[in-house]
Amino acid sequence: MIQLQDLTFSYGQNLPVFEHFNWQAQRGEAWAVLGPSGCGKSTLLYLLAGLFLPSGGKVLVDGIPIERPRPQSGLIIQDYGLLPWATVHQNASLGLRVRNFYGPDGKHTPQDFIPEQDVLPWLKRLGLESVADKYPGQISGGQRQRTAIARTLALKPDLLLMDEPFSSLDAPTREGLQALTLELQQEQALTLVLVTHAIEEAALLGKKILLLSQPPNIHANVIDNAEVGNPEYRHSARYMEVCHDLRARMEIP
Amino acid sequence: MKRRDLLFALLILALVWQAAAWLVAKPILPSPGLVALVFVRELGKGLAEHFLVSLWRVAASTILAIALAAPAGLMLGQSPRLNRFFSPLIYLTYPIPKVVFVPLVLLFLGIGDSAKITIIFLILFFQILVLVRDSAAALRPELIQSVRSLGAGRRALFRFVYLPASLPAILTALRQSVGTAVAVLYVAELYATTKGLGYYIYLNGSTLLNYPAMYAGIIAMSLLGLGLYFSVDWLEKRLVPYK
Repeated sequence: MIQLQDLTFSYGQNLPVFEHFNWQAQRGEAWAVLGPSGCGKSTLLYLLAGLFLPSGGKVLVDGIPIERPRPQSGLIIQDYGLLPWATVHQNASLGLRVRNFYGPDGKHTPQDFIPEQDVLPWLKRLGLESVADKYPGQISGGQRQRTAIARTLALKPDLLLMDEPFSSLDAPTREGLQALTLELQQEQALTLVLVTHAIEEAALLGKKILLLSQPPNIHANVIDNAEVGNPEYRHSARYMEVCHDLRARMEIP
Repeated sequence: MKRRDLLFALLILALVWQAAAWLVAKPILPSPGLVALVFVRELGKGLAEHFLVSLWRVAASTILAIALAAPAGLMLGQSPRLNRFFSPLIYLTYPIPKVVFVPLVLLFLGIGDSAKITIIFLILFFQILVLVRDSAAALRPELIQSVRSLGAGRRALFRFVYLPASLPAILTALRQSVGTAVAVLYVAELYATTKGLGYYIYLNGSTLLNYPAMYAGIIAMSLLGLGLYFSVDWLEKRLVPYK
């Protein structure tokens, strides 16, 4: 589904973050992208989202080069993704309102889009019904992130991109949302690319893990983590092993 | 603030005025009752028209200022390069009290409404420009990116992000400058016109020596300022409920 072909990207005249980089992900796979700060993992996500354009090479999704945000891809970021002046309900329906605004033009909105406004099922599914009329400033960080998830999933994406989505949340909220993400990924048959700096999170959510290092990234370093999805995985020896392995590869003593 | 408290404050003001009128006991300070009577009588004899002319001047300059300053502020706020270029210019011109330009604008634009509208426009323009610019600059790039990822192009970003983000700044700017605008309107209407509340107040106070009518004019001008202030308040409650 995703192919990076000979991708090169740099910010201005700086050292390239990616240089002739190749990587691919199949439809329905759950990927975690792990690496230290400044390794280019968020850059990779913004390239996949069509918000940055490669300096060289290609980013292909479903065989089509990405030159602008693709309507079937959803992006969830760490913070500040919600409109502070809109209620939870209005925020959750923002994607649909944008689509209704343009109509099915094939550019901003998929051509087969049927106009709708109803996000209530998603608010219910994510436990947001009781805060639907509150503003982002009045709810918890976990609820804000649920709102962002509702907003994205209401657009029925096939590719979900998440940039450090849970790193500002406290541990219980984070674990709850990690479980929810896995559940939704399987239920909606989503291709997931989740960027994180937390080894445990990568090992918990990524069926495959792409490990990035200090730029320039030239080779895709991929780790298989096939047992992800099992509810008991968090407590298994295999999970500890993967974490240990990742830590060693990141050269953390 | 409760409506009852406002009425109570109004009553106290009227009582203080009445007491002062008794103490002074001169024609230059008529009682509030007399002024109220004259106010009603004068409404039919031209005061209403002067009021409408002044209102039109403020309204026209407000609309003009919003129409020009809000988009300019949005552009500056979203483009650091443009802002770097213009901000020294704004920094120098923003604090100049625009009322000093009254004679100048009158010389250039002559009699008629355009000079008065221009002066009030200048005051509002800078206020709105600066506040909208700062509010647009405060929009986090992450927010813009995440809305773009929902498929929003330039038009949708304007409709769903920039416009609602600049509304509170516009209203705050209006709230801060509506008082100054009416004050400067008074000064502007002293010159080269025979219409407007400023002219009416000055004519009755200095030429006709009709003090009750002069006070009626002052009341009308206060009502104009208050009305504008209340309108901004009302708009803020309706358009910016999350504040």
